[in-house]
Amino acid sequence: MSSEVEAGTTSAGRGDREAVVSRPALQAGGTLSLLGSELLTLFRRRRTWALLGALALIPILIGVAIRVAGAAPTGRGPAFLDQITNNGLFVGVTAIIVATPLFLPLTIGVVAGDAIAGEASHGTLRYLLIAPAGRIRLLVVKYVAAAVFCAAAALTVVVMGTIVGWVLFPIGPVTLLSGATVGVGDALLRFLAIAAYVTVSLLGMSAIGLFLSTLTTVPVGAMAATAILAVASEIMDALPQLEWLHPWLFTHYWLGFGDLMREPVVWDSFAENALLQAGYVLVFGALAVGRFITKDVLS
Amino acid sequence: MPDLAIETHGLTKRFRSQLAVDDLDLAVPPGAVYGFLGPNGSGKTTTIRMLLGLVAATAGDARVLGADMPRHVDSVLPRVGALVEGPAFSPYLSGEANLRRFDAADREAPRRTRAARVVEALDRVGLSHAARKKVHAYSLGMKQRLGIANALLMRRELLVLDEPTNGLDPQGTREVRALIRSFAEDGTTVFVSSHLLAEVEQVCTHVGVMSAGRLVAQGTLDEFRAEGETRVLVRTPDAARARRVMAGLGLDVDEEAAGGIRPVTIPATDAAGNAAGDAVVARLGTRPPESVVAALVDAGVRVRGFETLHANLEQRFVELTGEGFDVVQ
Repeated sequence: MSSEVEAGTTSAGRGDREAVVSRPALQAGGTLSLLGSELLTLFRRRRTWALLGALALIPILIGVAIRVAGAAPTGRGPAFLDQITNNGLFVGVTAIIVATPLFLPLTIGVVAGDAIAGEASHGTLRYLLIAPAGRIRLLVVKYVAAAVFCAAAALTVVVMGTIVGWVLFPIGPVTLLSGATVGVGDALLRFLAIAAYVTVSLLGMSAIGLFLSTLTTVPVGAMAATAILAVASEIMDALPQLEWLHPWLFTHYWLGFGDLMREPVVWDSFAENALLQAGYVLVFGALAVGRFITKDVLS
Repeated sequence: MPDLAIETHGLTKRFRSQLAVDDLDLAVPPGAVYGFLGPNGSGKTTTIRMLLGLVAATAGDARVLGADMPRHVDSVLPRVGALVEGPAFSPYLSGEANLRRFDAADREAPRRTRAARVVEALDRVGLSHAARKKVHAYSLGMKQRLGIANALLMRRELLVLDEPTNGLDPQGTREVRALIRSFAEDGTTVFVSSHLLAEVEQVCTHVGVMSAGRLVAQGTLDEFRAEGETRVLVRTPDAARARRVMAGLGLDVDEEAAGGIRPVTIPATDAAGNAAGDAVVARLGTRPPESVVAALVDAGVRVRGFETLHANLEQRFVELTGEGFDVVQ
């Protein structure tokens, strides 16, 4: 067979290994390559698109329901719901408020909980490790991919909501919570900021999911546990008796993006949320690394 | 003297109460095709997992291509291609996409040549036609081939193949054998675990046998065979006299004539309608077999058949690891 091709690629391989390229540079390139491959795998998967599709359905349902049934009575239903008939731009914001407590965490639970456990259940974990992907490198790549999915999920809801609102309802300048009115362009930028806020909100949960994913070879277990933790955290956040605990719950600031709808924008809650999420990422990232680097891979 | 390709000392793995691998001293010389044998559950796969850094040893040490494992996994594993406990792929990706994914995980595999190397590897195992098919549509044999292709993505110094012919049809088995031979010719060390003894006997230069977590024998295939006993089988109507003569020569004659030794040959002879008489079996020792025939004929024994029975790998294997389903667990 084509032994020439073989010989050619071999010498290329050897050449690269011994080339003047410094080892860290080579490894950084390799890590990007692995991340690219991981993202490609994630977004080639039908399940990923099914999850994003389910999220996209939320603004569609809200938009169509209001279009068909007419405006919601003022002050009832999720925030901004009563404003949609006046201004379609509120569909996206309403949808993200509806999606944040349950639908978003469910999809993140699926992706983060599957990160390592899914590979283990397919048996591909052992082949990634003997490639060798490197255990810490694999965890980092898996986490970054989960974070990219968080952004994709938040953007899906906000962007789809804006499109639905644009199609079904009149569009106009937006009256903010502080009473000021901003133009459509300014409002769209704020919606993107909300998507960023929600993405950051989900990073801590993704780290928890990644850690749980290193504990098992049954992906469904890790997915369910991750989603259940999110709901449990929200329940605790709703109990006044546990008020001392509230600022430490990773769901505590999840709906705090209202500050982005003020003029001027108040970034305090964004920063507090980011700090809390960073703490969760550090703690659960460390736990995941600690667990994974010593784990016997028997699957 | 170059380093051994694989070398372990006192390698031990304990899972809770069970001792999976016990005090293993493997020595695989470079360039060898090493057949790693053992019944199911004898610790072969656990050993392979330790060699590849997937599982941490409880005690002892392992060196692969001259470097300590698992400390040097990052520098050693790019030079090792492996098939561990069956192939495994993401079912929702094509065969080609799966290979690219594993190749991307190897940080020493150049991205530039990735596509070409994947095509080449698929071609080597005869899967070019199914490259774009999703793996969930692959048959077991196709997955097995894809697993072998994955081990071939880069030029390797060591190939570790755990049951490489599992699920393959006879043609596929022959191809794998040919592939193993071609690697050996290139100087690649091949470490192949199997319970298909005939398979191993055909391609291996060295053999190691595991039983209940211990390495019970290790050496070149020839040494291994030589340790087994050669027997002679005489077919004659004068069985009693033949026994006396052979005993007189100092041969150790089996009491139960031919009992347990290749019982299949006896009905086969009978079926030929040839009244060959009884079969007498004796351990030959170091005596040349023709001298036995001469002595028998001198003594007037009617010799109708004479065979020397070399211990084949299967007999040695059974001698070392036990019979039937009662193998040591």
